[in-house]
Amino acid sequence: MSNDASVADLVGREFPPTDPYLVSEDRVAEFAAATGTPYAGSVPATFPIVLAMDAMQRFLAVAGIDLFRIVHGDQRFEYARPVRIGDRLTAALEVVSVRSIGGNDIIGTRSAITDADGVEVCATSATLVHRGGAA
Amino acid sequence: MTALTAGTELPTRHYRITRADLVRYAGASGDFNPIHWSDRVATSVGLPGVIAHGMYTLALAARAVAEWTEGAEVLELAAKFTNPVPVPDDDTGVEVAVAGTVGESAEGRTRIELTVTCGGTKVLGRPTAVVRG
Repeated sequence: MSNDASVADLVGREFPPTDPYLVSEDRVAEFAAATGTPYAGSVPATFPIVLAMDAMQRFLAVAGIDLFRIVHGDQRFEYARPVRIGDRLTAALEVVSVRSIGGNDIIGTRSAITDADGVEVCATSATLVHRGGAA
Repeated sequence: MTALTAGTELPTRHYRITRADLVRYAGASGDFNPIHWSDRVATSVGLPGVIAHGMYTLALAARAVAEWTEGAEVLELAAKFTNPVPVPDDDTGVEVAVAGTVGESAEGRTRIELTVTCGGTKVLGRPTAVVRG
């Protein structure tokens, strides 16, 4: 695959933070409703994925990877504090590792999600499986 | 609220996922990967058909934790996406079951070991939540 070398070259690269995202009550309620999660003021634990997805899509664009070839391998969140309504959050993604197994690239990423004061709210890591296929 | 005593088995929760749920989740999360809404694209990359977002399933696991603990603060949440959850193009969708056991507790942090299955198959690997309490 022509992309392999360029993806591997991105290991250690830290991407610029995403544009600030305002955590609004409407967006949180919509996110909770999508999984039938009762919303009573506290933000669902997986909500930071909204930020992580934004950061991931920027990385995929730079790496020239099609989103439809990506399958999520694993996901971890560690929270310094709960996300709150009114937070302005950004996510900065770093490519931690790339391994090739059976024609697939296994891409390890880590994203730091920080508030408007630059304080980390959540550290999240994801493994992305890039299914190389017959491209 | 169920007591978070080590060894306590939490009541298994059953949740249903339909194609409409996936579309809604795509909009709410910003994850528009077509493997979660297009059979054509999903099968082109070797999947059995449209599958649920891994994060949808993990959100259901977090939902169970929130229901068991009445919204305890979650300090950690993690899982591997070991098996896909195919969601059929019908009105009933597919059912996911979330079971949990209270694990070790130390310094105000209590671990909940989860088991998340679909049709008897584990779909998440080592799904774990750590909550304050």
